[in-house]
Order: sequence, then C-alpha cells, then structure tokens
Amino acid sequence: MKFGVVVFPGTWSDRDCGWVVDQVVGAELTYLWHKDTDLKGCDCVILPGGFAYGDYLRTGAIARFAPVMEKIGEFADRGGLVWGICNGFQVLCEAGLLPGALIRNASLEFRCEWTNLVVERTDLPFTSRCAEREVLRVPIAHGEGSYFADPATLSRLEQRGQVVFRYCDPKGHVVPGANPNGSLHNIAGIVNARGNVLGMMPHPERCSEAELGGTDGLKLFRSVAENALKVLVS
Amino acid sequence: MMIAIVIVTPKPVVNDPQGVTVKQGLASLGFSEVSDVRMGKYIELKLEGSSEHEARERVEAMCRQLLANHVIEDFRFDIVRDGRR
Repeated sequence: MKFGVVVFPGTWSDRDCGWVVDQVVGAELTYLWHKDTDLKGCDCVILPGGFAYGDYLRTGAIARFAPVMEKIGEFADRGGLVWGICNGFQVLCEAGLLPGALIRNASLEFRCEWTNLVVERTDLPFTSRCAEREVLRVPIAHGEGSYFADPATLSRLEQRGQVVFRYCDPKGHVVPGANPNGSLHNIAGIVNARGNVLGMMPHPERCSEAELGGTDGLKLFRSVAENALKVLVS
Repeated sequence: MMIAIVIVTPKPVVNDPQGVTVKQGLASLGFSEVSDVRMGKYIELKLEGSSEHEARERVEAMCRQLLANHVIEDFRFDIVRDGRR
C-alpha cells in the first residue's frame, strides 16, 4: 500500500499528511511534485492543504492545470483513490473531479477551530473504519470553505448519498450553529458518484495522534490503508 | 494593440458576504440608498493581433477555461483599442 502526497508550490500540509502515512500508519509514502507526470505506483493520491500557486485568481484555479493533475484525472477514471483535503478539495472541484465549488466563508473570517462531523457514508474506502453516523472531531483551517452547488447538483448529491461528512453539534445533530463557514446543507465533505474521489475541508491529518488533541482523523487514514489494495484489485 | 476588460461577478444565487459587508459599511456612512452590493473581479488583458472578432472568441475561451468558474461566477468583457479608452 503506497500513498502519494502531492506538493504544489504553496502547499503546506504535505508534511503533516506524509507524517501520518509514514510514521503513524506505517504505510509506504512518496511525494509527488506538481510537475510529475507519473504517479509512481501509488494506490491512493492525497491532495493536501495549503495555497497551491498562491490560490491566485481562485482557490485551486491554477493548480488544476499542473502536469500531475492530468495523471490524477486518469487515475481517478480508472477507479484509483483520490483524497482532497482543504485546498485539495478546492483543487478537485476546480478540476471537475467533484461537483460544486468552495467560496469565501460566510463570516469572511479565516476559521481555525475544532469541528464535529457526522459520517453519513461508511461503505467507502475512506470511511470503512467509522461507525454509522459516528461523530468525528476534526479541525478546520480555511478562509474559503463554504460549499456551494446549484440546486439541481445539490439535490443530485443528496439523492445519491454523495455527502460523506456534515458539520454537526457534538451529539451529531446537523444544526446551523455547527456550520463554521456557511456551506450549503452543512456539507463538509463529498464523494464522486463512483465513490473513489473524496473531498473534505477539515484536516484529518491534524488529529491522528493523541498529542495533537484527538485521533479521529486516523480512522480515515487507516480505512484507506486497508482498502486501497482491494479497490484496485476489484 | 487591443485591451480586453473582463469583469467577473458572483452569480446572483451565490452568497456574497463581501458585498453584504461593504453594503453595511456604506449604510453606516449614510449611503442608505444602496440596496445591494456585489463584489467581483476586474481583469485587464493586453492582446496582440488586430482582429477584434478573433480577440472576442479568444477572450471568451479564456473566461470559460480559466478566468471565471461557471459554477459560481458570471463574466462579461469589452475589447478596446489601446489609447482610445
């Protein structure tokens, strides 16, 4: 099982993700430079947080044209696991690998705080180690994480069960007060129809060791480590 | 030399918290006649070539492929001859 962590100029969560993969999960790790045109045999590609290419114009707008993104698109088409976290989620939306867009937080503030997420899908390679409707405590750190999609796209996402994580209160109730950024339907993470491309604004790599205040994020990394090989074989 | 002036705005259905904040700021200064504010982007492109028709097609493509995100933004543009603005 090999994870690839993509590094664009301006990415800053790459080492955090790499640390969890390598030091906590104990899986094989390689970094993928934005100019790479080869995914080096990775079973799961992580697009980490940061400000790729400075997020100039719009978040992820320039990053989607990086050479490595073409290969990631092909990899996703073949059913490979692609996991966008924070800026990575924004890049996946700009690239059209996930529907919708992430816009400025309703508060206009950069929000850096703990959130609660209710897990709505546990049949995915990313969430198989979570319990049904489990509440995960995962931090966010973003200024542009408000999920938007047009009404038709949004209702399609809901009908097909593509919403994976929703901001909720500590008991798992999805309430407006638990929404840190104005995301429609409290959406914190979605998956594509096929179930192999996940985008989420919260940072599981920052809560994968007890020293950091929580280990809920580790469940996602372990789920992927367990399932990635099965996905590619099937 | 031609210049394309591209204006990108959030779609009407997209919340624009920046616009709301600016509207509140104007209201607090006494400009109560402002009923709505939408914040967008102004982009100026210097273009080589002489065919305005061709420039229009090219700028339209630039907007669709990069300058605007059709999920959340609308765009419009003008082409002006340099020096005649």
